[in-house]
Amino acid sequence: MSAPNTAVLYAGAPEPGAARASVPRGRRTRRNGGNLAYLGKRLATYAVIAFVSLFASFILPRLVPGNPAEQMIQQIIAQTHAQPSPYVRQQIYDRYGDPHQNLFVAFFNYLVQTLHGDFGRSIQYYPLPVSSIISQALPWTLYLALVSTIIGWLIGTYLGARLGWKPGRRLDSILTPFSMFFSSIPAFWLGLLLVWYVSYKNGWMPNEGAYNEALGKPDIFNPIFLLSVVWYSVLPMVTLVIVGFSNWMFTMRNMMITTVNEDYVQLARAKGLRPAAVRNHYAARNALLPNFTGLAQSIGGSLTAVILAESVFIYPGIGTLLSQAQGTRDYPVMQAVMLMIIAFTLVFNFLADSVYVLLDPRTKEL
Amino acid sequence: MLKRFLSLGKVQVGLVILGVFVLVAIIGEPFSTLVLHLGPYDYDHSALGQPPSARHLLGTTSTGQDVLVWLLYGTRNSILVGLGSAVVGIACTVLVGLTGGFIGGWTDRVLNAVTLIFQNVPSFAVLFIVAGFLGNANWIMVSLIIGFFEWPGGARAVRAQAMSLRGRDFATALRTVGESRWRIVLSEVLPHLSGVVSPMFLRLIAAGIGQQAAIAFLGIGSATDPSWGLMISYATNQNALFNGLWWWFVPPGLCLALIGLSTTMLNFGLDEVSNPTLSTKRMRLMNAFLKSQARVRASQKTSARGEVAA
Repeated sequence: MSAPNTAVLYAGAPEPGAARASVPRGRRTRRNGGNLAYLGKRLATYAVIAFVSLFASFILPRLVPGNPAEQMIQQIIAQTHAQPSPYVRQQIYDRYGDPHQNLFVAFFNYLVQTLHGDFGRSIQYYPLPVSSIISQALPWTLYLALVSTIIGWLIGTYLGARLGWKPGRRLDSILTPFSMFFSSIPAFWLGLLLVWYVSYKNGWMPNEGAYNEALGKPDIFNPIFLLSVVWYSVLPMVTLVIVGFSNWMFTMRNMMITTVNEDYVQLARAKGLRPAAVRNHYAARNALLPNFTGLAQSIGGSLTAVILAESVFIYPGIGTLLSQAQGTRDYPVMQAVMLMIIAFTLVFNFLADSVYVLLDPRTKEL
Repeated sequence: MLKRFLSLGKVQVGLVILGVFVLVAIIGEPFSTLVLHLGPYDYDHSALGQPPSARHLLGTTSTGQDVLVWLLYGTRNSILVGLGSAVVGIACTVLVGLTGGFIGGWTDRVLNAVTLIFQNVPSFAVLFIVAGFLGNANWIMVSLIIGFFEWPGGARAVRAQAMSLRGRDFATALRTVGESRWRIVLSEVLPHLSGVVSPMFLRLIAAGIGQQAAIAFLGIGSATDPSWGLMISYATNQNALFNGLWWWFVPPGLCLALIGLSTTMLNFGLDEVSNPTLSTKRMRLMNAFLKSQARVRASQKTSARGEVAA
């Protein structure tokens, strides 16, 4: 398959992973060969991206009009009615701009602080460090992102395999337009509708939070607590799965349609194997490849939808944190959230690259 | 090609939806001032949080603003953001992809590295931090950021296309005639890119509209320009859910979904035209054929059985 054709083939399903997986790798990889060289190159790229994003997040507050550092100090004074300590003051200057400081020194300080996991102090919850706030919120967000992506992937891939096996049938002509609509719904709006109808209007389910607070402190070894976590996450999960599954379905369906006509599938049919066996073990198995690499990549990308859905359900994750932070102009938190999202995207992209190398021997030959 | 594209049902539906929204974007504002005599910041204190009625066709918000007027103004905002991001994104795509693919060598390598970097940066993260620092992101800002961070996938496809076009006979012919490189690119190669560029254009429209709504919903976007995201944000902040004012937050989300649906439908249409294996019309014919075959076989079987019985 040539690159332009595959690009067009995937155009309908806006899944970055699938489109990327099909683009042939560059010439230089071919010459060097080997999985490790390829992965090393990707790793180097990701390191560059991480550095660039760190630099961008460093330089941005210095470029905007006004003086964010001074504003933050004023905010802290207004909130605590006391001068921040010299250490905190210096930290804010290092991170958000001091006209008297050498830019390189400041960037070096910023880099050292950030790589040590020190993102400064939250303005809103002063003097709590941002890193501790983030580490409390992160597990919730990852739970939603991982589980909803995997459920959506399973449903989408299964349906896509069914539809692509015999395209144009009744199921296809009903399900495809419907999921086109579902995939266009903004996650936060669907969440709102669900909360309004299920929680406010009928009171069937809790409308906010991640667990039943009457149970006391979160304790992951308490089965009742875990049940309440599952119960409270049903609505956000449903929202994310409905919005997310169709892209998987489309890529799988289109991939199946092309695979079903391949010679080896015809051969399997001619051998008289059961249709289900041909579908699952011959066609679907090979059509699965773009969806598989897409899975790891999309977890990073799905954070956007998760963040928006969270702020609807006031789920105590990154998203709720972010929407609170913007209300109080809590820049340190916003900055840390941005770096977090980029970091996770890179990690999962690298995971996708590794999986791809393992699954598709053709990468080696290229 | 165009005829076949336009003959598809989903393309027609998609074009109609998109057309209606563009039309509303153009006439929405004069319509609300001239016909409804209302602006987005006019408050009707006699109708607070009222359901749809003859006076306020889509009801009012909890402060007495007309929902329909907000929806009309929001349409213009969304269409502007969508088109803006698409134009910026396509400009980046074509510029980077064509330059890299046509010039090759070092330029190509550098541009490829830049593409790879941009491909891995989530645009939403950049958008909310920039919008957060600026305190107020209007549609131009949002379009620039979306366009500037959503081009890499397309640029790679354009680059591949340009590399293959560079070696084709017609390009060689033009070069031997002595045409300048840029003339070849502009008049001969650019039209060949429509297959890559048009689905991307549609996707960027949807991405721009969606992301603008997302930041407006989070409250980071412009707090004064009426937009669909801002409507949903105000509705949630002013307890529309608790009070059951569904007419306030349902229409803007529905509009967002419909615009997304129309671009998806058009993209599916483009797919079908460029890749006939995906054509639903063909599939339906195929199924009908298979069914008729099965029927013929069945009737043959029964008639054969009849003969045996006789």
